Amino acid sequence: MSTAGIETLQYEFPGRHPASAFAPVLVGVVSSGNLEVLVEPAPGSDRCTFRIETSARGFGAIWEAVVRDFHARHGLSGATVSIHDMGATPAVVSLRLDQAARGVTGARP
Amino acid sequence: MNHTSFAECSARERIDALLDPASFEEWLPPADRVMSPHLALLGVPAAFDDGVAVGRGRLDGREVFIAAQEGAFMGGGVGEVHGAKLTGWLRRALRDRPAVVLLLAESGGVRLHEANAGLIGVSEVMRAVLDVRAAGIPVVVLIGGANGCFGGMGIVARCADRVVMSDVARLSMSGPEVIEASNGVEEFDSRDRALVWRTTGGKHRFLTGDCDALVEDDVAAFRAAAVAALAGAARPVTLASLEAEHALLAGRLADAPPDADAFTLWRGLGVADPHRVPDLDVAAVRALVEDRA
Repeated sequence: MSTAGIETLQYEFPGRHPASAFAPVLVGVVSSGNLEVLVEPAPGSDRCTFRIETSARGFGAIWEAVVRDFHARHGLSGATVSIHDMGATPAVVSLRLDQAARGVTGARP
Repeated sequence: MNHTSFAECSARERIDALLDPASFEEWLPPADRVMSPHLALLGVPAAFDDGVAVGRGRLDGREVFIAAQEGAFMGGGVGEVHGAKLTGWLRRALRDRPAVVLLLAESGGVRLHEANAGLIGVSEVMRAVLDVRAAGIPVVVLIGGANGCFGGMGIVARCADRVVMSDVARLSMSGPEVIEASNGVEEFDSRDRALVWRTTGGKHRFLTGDCDALVEDDVAAFRAAAVAALAGAARPVTLASLEAEHALLAGRLADAPPDADAFTLWRGLGVADPHRVPDLDVAAVRALVEDRA
């Protein structure tokens, strides 16, 4: 099915830190310049996968840099990260990803 | 005491602040991905929860149903899935019979992207609210978000047993921009914030009796109002209550001069110095109504 306007991007990296069991974490809201991030456990996987749906087309290279940077810092393993984006800036994306990672590891924001 | 603005909280933060700690159990949570089938076709990103969280939890130890609309996602607009989640949640209340049903409303009304599906969704929510009331389970709508409660959700709010609002909240049918677009800026200047608030705001709704409790923009104040609602009985809709409401509204319309402003209306309601009302704090506005009673 054609989804005019929405661009879907996917990235996958080998993880370093296996996440202990966690409930799905949702942070952020889909609104102008903002995004929502849903992190879910992927039992049995040793990877961290990212699936991004964004209304701002043509920024794949920047998305890859942002999620690579996030993964370099957190290195989650056995997790999937799903994103709905409405034109958030890279800084906002990084903050939301960090907020979600804190929810996974149980640390207080 | 820490003060946390209800208006600045997200829908999920409001639920957590209102309920007893960690007692919220969500149905159709974000990970279930029950999302709008329409938005992607228009190039608009969907939300994992379609902008509304529904479920149950405990309030002061009692089991309650609670739902919250997320005003930051499409202005809290009711799409097909959003409306269906609310309707299913209300129908489940008929089976489970919670102590009270709490709807934290923040919505511009129907999500226009979804047109008729959203309109039908809102009408189903109205029907379900009335069914829950008829079963003797109180439905309380709490309004305190920056987007207010307008359009079809404004009607839903007035279908409930009780309405709780903060002074920064707004409740109406057509929003300010809609009135200006259809009737002209001479009729209603949507950029005149003082006019907008004295026509749709919490103080006005409280003075006219359209809302039952006026609270500060504070999560603790909203929780206290929700706890107080636990003690209130349901108010089943009866022919007598409908006729009394119609008589009240007809009288209000008949008494209002053609160029009536909120100030004129408040004076007619017994407020001696209506021009002071916008500057009064919540406690002082409550005192006006208590003095009148």
